[in-house]
Amino acid sequence: MKNFYEIRLSGSGGQGLITMGMIMGEAAALFDHKYVVQTQSYGPEARGGACKAELIISNSRVNNPKPITVDILLTLSQPAYDKYIPDVKPGGIVIIDSSLVKYKKGKGVYPLPITTFAEKDIGLKVTANVVALGIICSLTKVVSYNALERALLNRIPPGTENINKKALSFGKSLKFKDNI
Amino acid sequence: MLFYKLYKDEQGRKVGFLQGNEACLEAALIAGLKFFAGYPITPSSEIAAVAAEKLPMYGGRFIQMEDELSSMAAIVGASMTGKKTMTATSGPGFSLKQENLGYACLNEVPCVIVNVQRGGPSTGLPTQVSQGDVMQAKWGSHGDHPIIALSPSSVQEVVELTIQAFNFAEQYRNPVVLLMDETVAHMREKIVFPLAEETEIINRHHSEVDPQKYKPFDTSFGDIPPFENFGSEYRYFITGLIHDEYGYPTTKPLEVKNLLDRIHRKINDHTQQLSLFEQYQTEDAETLIISYGSPVRSCLGAMEAGRKKGMKIGVLQLKTIWPFNPEIFTKLPSKIKNIYVVELNMGQLILEIERVIKRKVNIQGINKYDGLFISDQEILKYLEQQQGKKS
Repeated sequence: MKNFYEIRLSGSGGQGLITMGMIMGEAAALFDHKYVVQTQSYGPEARGGACKAELIISNSRVNNPKPITVDILLTLSQPAYDKYIPDVKPGGIVIIDSSLVKYKKGKGVYPLPITTFAEKDIGLKVTANVVALGIICSLTKVVSYNALERALLNRIPPGTENINKKALSFGKSLKFKDNI
Repeated sequence: MLFYKLYKDEQGRKVGFLQGNEACLEAALIAGLKFFAGYPITPSSEIAAVAAEKLPMYGGRFIQMEDELSSMAAIVGASMTGKKTMTATSGPGFSLKQENLGYACLNEVPCVIVNVQRGGPSTGLPTQVSQGDVMQAKWGSHGDHPIIALSPSSVQEVVELTIQAFNFAEQYRNPVVLLMDETVAHMREKIVFPLAEETEIINRHHSEVDPQKYKPFDTSFGDIPPFENFGSEYRYFITGLIHDEYGYPTTKPLEVKNLLDRIHRKINDHTQQLSLFEQYQTEDAETLIISYGSPVRSCLGAMEAGRKKGMKIGVLQLKTIWPFNPEIFTKLPSKIKNIYVVELNMGQLILEIERVIKRKVNIQGINKYDGLFISDQEILKYLEQQQGKKS
């Protein structure tokens, strides 16, 4: 694993991107004992506007808190894909919700119908962000699964533990390849 | 509902992955906050949200007032009854709080006002970062008045400076502005909260005098008069008019001058104690970057990257903005030839820096005011361009 990762989780408001960022950040910072800074940006509207959460996960102190180019990009909406795809570093990983986004094939590009999985396989559309967390975990190893699960269970509303665990492990167990 | 969880480390310290805003309120509880009045506004709203959730558990009270004017009035009034009080807002709300902030300065009422700066003027950029309220923090309220303002660059510093803000407020009997910015307020980092025995908590001075003989602005104790609780057996008059030692209005020139001199002297004579700053690799520096708040992080990144290229860069971080401490600048190492002041505004604190540096040195601002955060790469690029121009 590299010593320094810059990660952007992007889509629209209401998709749970900032929650994802908080869970990943807490997992990496408190349980994997990394240096982590998580930031976010969003428009004035509560839902629908462009939204992103960003993380820097490092083995040493993080100065600049906001990434400009990224090693890992998750996009859950077309505007986010169009806007952020140029920011991916050479050799970077792009995870795309192919049920929502038209994309260009390429090396390191992983299209997966994340929202459809959440709807059909988990039975709850709003777990798409948790499925995506599982995918990021298994594909990039930037955060350990145990840490992620622990952080996830600390953040979610009581009574939703099982469905969230299911969504996370489903995402992790998916088999995928790039350059499709 | 809270969006964070606190754990305990091996030494029993509370640890968590928190936003600057969340950490601010947690730190305020450590400092002894008992009353919060506010009117939520982005990007400060989480402070009010956490206050509403947590204060009742700590024997405190939270109230959402009808606007910023009344919430400022509420924390001033509550503080007079002996409680540690705080409000939180952003630029538009900070404008509305100015009149009652001035009232608190004149009547020497300790309180903490958090201003999470966002893009302005007016309603501006509600969700985006700025440091445009630096001069407003000093001069936003009318008339000559003393103010203390602190500015954190990381979530851990939010904890440190929030506690410090309460301590300064109580010690100097003066309002303290905690000047945060959207980036540090919404940024999440791992935080370790100090244990009680590791934290110095300062409480206000009380007098031993007979309640019948108490004067709320008594100068016989020095420049900081003991402050007794309004509504207790200590009965006194308080007004926004210039007042004598009893609190009664006065227009006698000598009393007016003495009062204004004293409330400024109590802060200015303690500038060194109030002045918090950090220096990074300034010993051999030829180029010095000066900043405060979240851009300090990018300055440190630019320093590290620049040093790898052989550029002798140092960073001076100001944690205390007001009172402004000229001594830091008159004592700078003589090797420094270029000074860059990084601010997310059109150049505010640079005016103070230019005012106090008497020797010949190149001073330039690196300013960003488009709603976006400044990166280490942008700062380094600017420095390299300037170096290129000279050689």
